Amino acid sequence: MSSDEVRPGEPDDVAAWAECRESLTELYWFLDGELTVQRRSLIRTHLEACNKCLETYDFEAELRVAVSTSCRERQLPPGLRERIAKVLIEMAEER
Amino acid sequence: MADQAKFADQAMEYMPSLYSAAMRMTRKPVDAEDLVQETYLRAYRGFGGFQEGTNLKAWLYRILTNTFINRYRSQQRRPDETELDDVEDFYLYRRLGGLEGAKATRSAEDELLDHFTETQVKDAVESLPEQFRIAVLLADVEGFAYKEIADILDIPIGTVMSRLHRGRKGLQKRLYDFAVQRRLVDRERGPEEVASVAEQP
Repeated sequence: MSSDEVRPGEPDDVAAWAECRESLTELYWFLDGELTVQRRSLIRTHLEACNKCLETYDFEAELRVAVSTSCRERQLPPGLRERIAKVLIEMAEER
Repeated sequence: MADQAKFADQAMEYMPSLYSAAMRMTRKPVDAEDLVQETYLRAYRGFGGFQEGTNLKAWLYRILTNTFINRYRSQQRRPDETELDDVEDFYLYRRLGGLEGAKATRSAEDELLDHFTETQVKDAVESLPEQFRIAVLLADVEGFAYKEIADILDIPIGTVMSRLHRGRKGLQKRLYDFAVQRRLVDRERGPEEVASVAEQP
């Protein structure tokens, strides 16, 4: 790795490093919408100031979108909805 | 207490997402169709016990995952789950993130989609050990909250978080393996294509 390459959680100065560590620890909670409003806004402020963390966040967020999009089936198999609806009607009539 | 007559009206709209989840769980269209149908039958029978006004989608997913685990778990080999422990955080970003400098004008989205096909992402998810795969599907595809996932799977929130953490790391590891594999394929085609693929650390 070259020295200017992005290394999340390993910036030069120690105070910033602590802030980055915290921000990265909470990255998934942030993306999962599991942080309090207050924590969210603290992280946002950090991301505005720290490009390295922002890039990590962006990467993880885009990956999330790719996973979500790729894992969805575009359409139901033909006839499945009708078949299930029919079985449910039959069950209702049996009662 | 919910009225069975209302079941179809309320529950049918969730079929596309239940089917998608069923496909990722069973990996086979025939099994996925069976699983979804079985889920709806069980849900219909149990609808009287569903508390109206609570989360119907989560309730259906609970039936789906229980049905899947009861019906299909025994048929599946259990992959080695401990392998995921060795994967560090941000595994993929640490390896592919370095490419960003070379493509300042392109969005991160272009970049990721360039690296992986939909099929590869799907395969990576499907290759995860069952309990991690289900956690990742519920959180990253369906967007359920930790608490909802805990209720669906009947496990503590801490366990949800740990499965998600390991599942996501495993996913990144597998995607990276795909990138490396593709590089080998590209290398046979010619050096131009090699440039677009991740450098190894």
